[in-house]
Amino acid sequence: MSFVHEPYDVIVVGAGHAGCEAALAAARMGAKTAIFTMNLDSIANMPCNPNIGGTAKGHLVREIDALGGEMGKCADKTLIQSRTLNTAKGPAVYSLRAQIDRRSYQQVMKHTLECQENLHLCQAEIVDLVIRNNKIEGVKTHIGSFFPARTVILTTGTFLKGRIIIGDVSYDAGPDGLLPANSLSESLKRHGIELMRFKTGTPARINRRSIDFSKMIEQPGDDPIVPFSFETEKIEREQISCYLLYSTEDTHRIVRENLHRSPLYSGTIEGIGPRYCPSFEDKIVKFADKKQHQIFIEPMGLDTEEVYLQGFSTSMPEDVQHAMIKSLPGLENAQIMRYAYAIEYDCLNPTDLKLSLEFKKIDGLFSAGQINGSSGYEEAAAQGLMAGINAVLKIRGEDPLILDRSQAYIGVLIDDLVTKGTNEPYRMMTSRAEYRLHLRQDNADARLTPIGYKIGLISEERYRKFIKKQEAIKNEIERLRKKTVPPSVKVIEFLDKYNSSRIKSGIKLYDLLKRPEITYSSLKEIDNEMPDLPKVIADEVSILIKYEGYIAKQMQQIEQFKKMEEKMIPEDINYDEIQGLRIEAKQKLAKLRPRSLGQASRISGVSPADISVLIIYLNARSRRSKRNEG
Amino acid sequence: MANIQDTDTIAAVASAIGNAGISIIRISGSEAFNVATKIFKGKGNFNEYSSHTIRYGKIIDPDTNEIIDEVLISKMAAPKTYTTEDVVEINCHGGFITAKRILDLLLRLGVRPAEAGEFTKRAFINGRIDLVQAEAIADLIGSITEKSSKVAVTQLEGRLSQILQRIRKSLVEILAEIEVNLDYPEYDFEEVTINQCVQIINGIIGELKNLIESFDYGKVLREGLNVAIIGKPNAGKSSLLNRLSGKNRAIVTDIPGTTRDVLEEYVNIQGVPIKLLDTAGLRETSDVVEKIGVEKALEVIDLADLILFVLDAHTGFEKEDSDILEKVEDYYSKILFVVNKTDKADEEKLKEIKIKIPEIIEISVLEDYGIDVLEKSILQYVNKAEIDTDNQIIITNARHKKLLVEALDCLKSALSAAEAGMTLDLISMDIKNAAEKIGFITGHEITEEVIMNIFERFCIGK
Repeated sequence: MSFVHEPYDVIVVGAGHAGCEAALAAARMGAKTAIFTMNLDSIANMPCNPNIGGTAKGHLVREIDALGGEMGKCADKTLIQSRTLNTAKGPAVYSLRAQIDRRSYQQVMKHTLECQENLHLCQAEIVDLVIRNNKIEGVKTHIGSFFPARTVILTTGTFLKGRIIIGDVSYDAGPDGLLPANSLSESLKRHGIELMRFKTGTPARINRRSIDFSKMIEQPGDDPIVPFSFETEKIEREQISCYLLYSTEDTHRIVRENLHRSPLYSGTIEGIGPRYCPSFEDKIVKFADKKQHQIFIEPMGLDTEEVYLQGFSTSMPEDVQHAMIKSLPGLENAQIMRYAYAIEYDCLNPTDLKLSLEFKKIDGLFSAGQINGSSGYEEAAAQGLMAGINAVLKIRGEDPLILDRSQAYIGVLIDDLVTKGTNEPYRMMTSRAEYRLHLRQDNADARLTPIGYKIGLISEERYRKFIKKQEAIKNEIERLRKKTVPPSVKVIEFLDKYNSSRIKSGIKLYDLLKRPEITYSSLKEIDNEMPDLPKVIADEVSILIKYEGYIAKQMQQIEQFKKMEEKMIPEDINYDEIQGLRIEAKQKLAKLRPRSLGQASRISGVSPADISVLIIYLNARSRRSKRNEG
Repeated sequence: MANIQDTDTIAAVASAIGNAGISIIRISGSEAFNVATKIFKGKGNFNEYSSHTIRYGKIIDPDTNEIIDEVLISKMAAPKTYTTEDVVEINCHGGFITAKRILDLLLRLGVRPAEAGEFTKRAFINGRIDLVQAEAIADLIGSITEKSSKVAVTQLEGRLSQILQRIRKSLVEILAEIEVNLDYPEYDFEEVTINQCVQIINGIIGELKNLIESFDYGKVLREGLNVAIIGKPNAGKSSLLNRLSGKNRAIVTDIPGTTRDVLEEYVNIQGVPIKLLDTAGLRETSDVVEKIGVEKALEVIDLADLILFVLDAHTGFEKEDSDILEKVEDYYSKILFVVNKTDKADEEKLKEIKIKIPEIIEISVLEDYGIDVLEKSILQYVNKAEIDTDNQIIITNARHKKLLVEALDCLKSALSAAEAGMTLDLISMDIKNAAEKIGFITGHEITEEVIMNIFERFCIGK
């Protein structure tokens, strides 16, 4: 008889970016939580690029923070370079991106877990799930003990049956020299969970001291640093630069001559790799006419000389990698510290999940992160947070928290995965969001903090601050709407200065600010009553006024969208009995069991005609049940 | 309970009203055979006819025993029918009056009038056809002449969708170029400039406008051009109507007792459907019956796309003519003046007419003179009749038109955003909306397509 531990409300399997958010959210919401990792020294590891954020991903971090998650705060504490991307391309796509001190991030996150009330952090490999009558009962560790649990969240990343491939060499392993999790993969299969095989890869790491940076273009950070977290007021820190270089004709020749030795082309790798992350050999084959490719050097941290070679991932054999790297300008004498590798791993089919990230067929079992077919730390963390929240809501007997596509990138991410599935590691992109002018990073708090407060992840104090900020924004917009400036000499001079057309009669500051060439801060020159507002508030006022028409249009579209999202499909619906649904649609709907008509309409293979039939059926059904009641 | 939709029996004129020499009344539902048995008298009992056969007989009002029309009746038992229900189709003589009387009879027997498109809706709910097919079939039903059915068939075969695919593709390509720079700002792809976008969008706006404009013509092809024939009594209106219709139509119908009402004939001039409306004389009258006719006639004139004003070359331009002209003055721009009876022309009086009305078409129905010239003039009124349907894509579906107009609006708003100096993320939003509208017609999902296009064309990776 194995040792039976005391029972937990929530057990999280894996302490990567998804697992950490899941465990913290659950514990903070008051659930008795345990989180397991195979190695306590690899918590919140970044086995690939040492950065957080970027387009759409930066939005995710902001949203995680607005809901009360940890990633943004941890990144703020440990970032060593920060940039805002896309500043010239519009507010919907402004994106924060930061280089992170990888070790510090891990330590800060580990310490946060350790200090969290209700949370038990424990080193153990989970080898089996205990499921009875389609309901999760707990997990078993590699030493044979049993942890009973009301809910379990799988956040196993790329560890399930991990296999690393370097050229013609391959071996079972997790990422970054860690052990794979083979038994759990078998356990999932035994429980009837369908597994897929995905692939990803990471480039080599080089010793900074062996690099000649004079041949590269320096990319320094922005000043001032814009924090991820709405709670971080200011970051003052010395920043470390990244460097840009280009591949050479020689590099391309080496790749071409050795293509037959790449496991991607020799057939050794069977997993499906992401389109947006081709290995360097993929780039050479698919974009044969490109003479050079961009490569970035990113620092791995302050206390290390290790740097990351962004844009140069490969699964070529060691000797070819060696030659490829040495052909790069500035890397002629490079000392390779870790070779690039491709990794294959098991993941599940996300369409087996509900929008709450709970398994459709296994009560109380949730999963989040790369195991769900996504890619990226931010995507993982976002799912982890939602799974943690929903596990607790389930225990409380409350409705799950489901963010829709008009509320958050998190909603887009989960809806895409769960509704459409994916056949490659899924990366968040701004172009995936229909309502991205509304889903801005600057208003993530306005969108989500009230929700975070309601479920108990946002403190009273933070919420009060949030309300104050929103009021300040509203008041300033009102003030600008009311205040008129006359066509005085001063105002005309001001307009001339900014190449803005002159006015003949008085104009509201509000209307003046709508002009693209006039900025909020410049208005100070003609507005002596302008309050001294924090930059975040001034920026928000400016965006809301300048893009008012567009935002209003988007809100209308959102209203339309919501109508279909709010039409719920009863859980006991039997698609077989609906006349007029095509067989393909019946099968897809029966398998995916969408929550609403809106979700149903996004399932591939379900046509608008099928949706019309479904609408008619649901109407008739509700008419019938009303009749029966009456 | 498998069958969720209403299963009551419905009926309607299945050929658009007044659309053809023969009208088809379709009855669908479980009571279809019963009601048919009650009103149809032919050889044998309707109930015993085998399925999918056509019989000849009479429609008789069971209450009054009055014969309403001689008809062909088809019986089609479920499920191999248009709606998958029991279906009866009655082919009666043209004009809406007979059809309407039969329909009234059916309604009296408890059949419900079908809503617009309800047969097709039942067909599609019962799994017979999909939405696109349903739309094309709806158009096919409406298309009576060869030319318009050709348009419907072309759309089914995807010529319209080919054009739309091309437009959608160029939109997706600009989007990919914009989006790749938004989503991968760290890469130095050549940035698409707002000017380049504007240029491409302008081109597409032109194409969309052409497609949308073609809808009006499509409507004429589908619904026919309404042509009213007016003129004093004995000017030769009826003979002209008979001449135009007699040459072209399959069945000539004469409905007695309706001379004061408006006569409707559907004719086909070089493939274009024309609905001819013969009006009662437009004289001032104290006769109540005639008065109704006059009012009706004015109504028809108002609705008509084209008015043929028939004058008499023998009697010349009389007071009666000028009275009528006064009444229709407001419609002057859509009047074609036709001078009939040139065989009996009084040269002086003809000259007089020509002075009063500079542009006339001289015809003689009796000698078959000038009819071809008249037909050509009518065709010119079919707006943009020069459009050759063989080479031109025409929009005939109102849903398609609506989506195209919406797509056009989105692109226009993209242009004005560009002009106002807005940023690329906003411009791209409008372009994406436009592409999505077109995707609704062709059935494509835009987001995934843009992302695919990005990965195919741009080299990105870690």
